[in-house]
Amino acid sequence: MSSANQVAERDAPFQLRGNSFTMMVLKVNAPNSQDFFPQLNVKVRQAPNFFRNAPVVLDFDELPDTVVFDLAAFVAQVRAHHLLPVGFQGGPRPVQEAALAAGLTPMPTGRAAKLEVAKGPDPRAANPAATVTIEVVHRPAVVVTEPVRSGMQVYAEKTDLIITASVSPGAELLADGNIHVYGALRGRALAGVSGDINARVFCHSLEAEVVSVAGIYRVSEDIGSDFFKKPVQVFLREGVLRMDLLKTV
Amino acid sequence: MSKIIVMTSGKGGVGKTTSSAAFATGLALRGFKTVVIDFDVGLRNLDLVMGCERRVVFDFINVINGEAKLSQALIKDKRIDNLYILPTSQTRDKDALTPAGVERVLNDLSKEFDYILCDSPAGIERGALMSLYFADHAIIVTNPEVSSVRDSDRILGVLASRSRRAEQGLEPVTQQLLLTRYDPERVERGEMLKVDDVLEILAIPLLGVIPESQAVLRASNVGMPVILDEASNAGQAYTDAVGRFLGDEIEHRFVSPQKKGLFSRLLRRSA
Repeated sequence: MSSANQVAERDAPFQLRGNSFTMMVLKVNAPNSQDFFPQLNVKVRQAPNFFRNAPVVLDFDELPDTVVFDLAAFVAQVRAHHLLPVGFQGGPRPVQEAALAAGLTPMPTGRAAKLEVAKGPDPRAANPAATVTIEVVHRPAVVVTEPVRSGMQVYAEKTDLIITASVSPGAELLADGNIHVYGALRGRALAGVSGDINARVFCHSLEAEVVSVAGIYRVSEDIGSDFFKKPVQVFLREGVLRMDLLKTV
Repeated sequence: MSKIIVMTSGKGGVGKTTSSAAFATGLALRGFKTVVIDFDVGLRNLDLVMGCERRVVFDFINVINGEAKLSQALIKDKRIDNLYILPTSQTRDKDALTPAGVERVLNDLSKEFDYILCDSPAGIERGALMSLYFADHAIIVTNPEVSSVRDSDRILGVLASRSRRAEQGLEPVTQQLLLTRYDPERVERGEMLKVDDVLEILAIPLLGVIPESQAVLRASNVGMPVILDEASNAGQAYTDAVGRFLGDEIEHRFVSPQKKGLFSRLLRRSA
């Protein structure tokens, strides 16, 4: 971009830029259930300040195709619990149309392609005009260059964790994203702690006490000698924690 | 400008007090005015190892509480010029170590001394924290076994997060490893961790390897810092370590097994 353009942009009455926001997803499985709002109420009361006017995305992905419910009334009820529905994901066609009519934005589901194929044609493909592209603003990884010592805990919130030294026994690494250890991993490494099943753990030498992806873990005893002290990546495939040797040059 | 050194380990019984006594003596022998402070309130030992237990009247805690002047509590070593001992209280506990009090005493000492050596108690509680909080340099005393290495690793983490230098965002506390009670023959048999194994985990520079030696216990029991036993391996190893600390280039000794045979043993003894 030329500098003239930049000046012009600065003087413009508005600017359009991409940003990413973290929102809660309210997974709607049984909107007609008697227990839905009482249980939601209990949940919200646990942390009223946290939930007050929090934007939420309604996830209709698991809704059966046959479900019939009054979406506008449902949204109003959710609002009454101090949550602000701003968008929706997935769901049967009539529900999607009702949601659009209610002013909710269709959100990209961000699920593995495989799942969508299994569900037939992508609902968004049928309605290209409604597809929004959200530019994901880069969230920098947490980089640690010093050894992570016994008793230390490092958490990379909503991002990756990169350690360019060794991780001692009794140390704990946590990341919402991937964990890379360019050294020996002798402590605990828990990737995808907020549930990202696509997160992975990479290390130069796997000597870990515990490795885990999205809560599925393996302890040191169960790490076979094929992988012990080797460069390894750890990941989930079909709900099972797997390990692969990393090819080194 | 005086330098505050902490001798620490996390684990107990690895040789902190022995090393503190030897190191302080070594620094004084090299001409530096040195004081060694016992932070193990309630489990006072440094005075025994230094052989001054019968001259303790006032102690570190008395000075912190304003019950005695620093000059009254400092004990001058009878053998070495420039060497002083600040013993601690046997009747009080670690709560007597107040941050403000410790800081004041260290500030007063730093006006007079080149080196202030703090002998840390075991653990990571108040006593250990107070002994390392004001440190410029840490000597991590470790035995070649896994539990000691893990505890040392923990203490390195504490130094990196809870020392004054860490809290105030100053240059970090410099760290060196002193590997004590090293028995090259047992290492060879796979019964002890190798120097390299320990260095791999702790990842700090090696200050010295002190061989397992009967001279250490003998010296402790007669109240003489083992560094003064010049004939012993351990004493020589401490002298080397002090030299390295002061910047001398000295090759590491006592890391591989001695040659067998009576003749070579006799030679080594007298060497």
